[in-house]
Amino acid sequence: MTVLELRGVSKTYGQGAAKVHALAGVDLSVDAGSMVAVMGPSGSGKSTLLTIAGSLEEPDGGEVLIDGHPLSGMSRNAKARLRRRTVGYVFQDFNLLPGLTVAENVALPLELDGMSARPARTAALGVLNELGLEGRAARFPDELSGGERQRVAIARAVIGDRRLLLADEPSGALDSVNAEAVMRMIHNACKRGVAAVVVTHDAQLASWADRVVFLRDGRAVDQTSPPAGPESLLTPGQIQ
Amino acid sequence: MSIRHALLALLSEGPKYGLQLREEFEARTGEVWPLNVGQVYTTLQRLERDGLVESDGAGDDGPQKGFHITADGEAELAGWLRTPPDLASPPRDELVMKVLVAVRVPGIDVHEVIQSHRRYLVELMQQWTRIKEAEADSDLSLALVVDSELFRLDAVVRWLDAAGGRLKRAAADPPQPAPPALPLPRVRRRTITRR
Repeated sequence: MTVLELRGVSKTYGQGAAKVHALAGVDLSVDAGSMVAVMGPSGSGKSTLLTIAGSLEEPDGGEVLIDGHPLSGMSRNAKARLRRRTVGYVFQDFNLLPGLTVAENVALPLELDGMSARPARTAALGVLNELGLEGRAARFPDELSGGERQRVAIARAVIGDRRLLLADEPSGALDSVNAEAVMRMIHNACKRGVAAVVVTHDAQLASWADRVVFLRDGRAVDQTSPPAGPESLLTPGQIQ
Repeated sequence: MSIRHALLALLSEGPKYGLQLREEFEARTGEVWPLNVGQVYTTLQRLERDGLVESDGAGDDGPQKGFHITADGEAELAGWLRTPPDLASPPRDELVMKVLVAVRVPGIDVHEVIQSHRRYLVELMQQWTRIKEAEADSDLSLALVVDSELFRLDAVVRWLDAAGGRLKRAAADPPQPAPPALPLPRVRRRTITRR
């Protein structure tokens, strides 16, 4: 089932000579349970694509559909509800609130959506437990390593019934071991049915995705084919 | 990959049979370097000829023939481990050549050429990552081999990204012909003989 669909999405910034086509007619479709990576150089439109997919920004042209519902037909309240309940965001700089514990940070989206503190905390502990972070629940963000902070941010992004995870360079500031742990977590969230879009310029991160879409000058210029099975690399004689 | 030194490394742990050496070699290299038993015996014969290993019994050349490392073999292994491989050769990489050529060929969009190679490399990386996801947690040797392939391929993708950026900047702002300048010192190219 398709969770996110972009149809001919365009976005322009500036006017006259300073006009920049951040996105120019981008089509993208992401199914439940799959991870799509969007790769491209700086200024290719990656982050704009993500903010438009998450309804944080309006496109100038085209249409964004989440679970088949076009965002253009939604009221502001309906979009805000969608952002609270359906979409989880992960940013490079974690965006955890320093005055709240890990469990409180993770429970926050549910509380903002009207859930009372006790069940929200129970749900937060459940997600932290599932993602191997139960020992960190009572800590504050500044007591965690960078890798742990980003894993907490992912726990916050997938709590509740969130079906769409949008991540902008989720492991940009981490070393390769922690970056891999973060990508494994996103991959595991997808195995549970979440649809994920990860924008990155890093091919090692992108290689965790089921499909990689290449963006250049605001256009989706190419994408990978479905990966062949690992046996194709391990056939005797192929590796010298 | 030096099979000779890999066998010395396995024998440095203690005496082993030929068949056992082949199985352990494959296991230690994450089973991505298949080795046939003929290669093992040929290499062992050469190592024995050079005095780096000794066999336990004369006459029996079957899979049960045992070998152990000599003091010279241990010295050879220690020296090899500390000798950096030759990475200083000038690049004659086929991919680099294709991009350099694509810049000059009329009617060819070098960015399309770069993208087709980038896509292929990322697809290869996806396959290696699937292997890591499926098996590398329980197999340290395989995890190290897969990481090495991923970093190698990643370096090529980064070079393609850098080349694309450099070509884009050059197209927007073509380099001016260099003014006559002081003569540069002549650089003598190193000639490296591959062993």
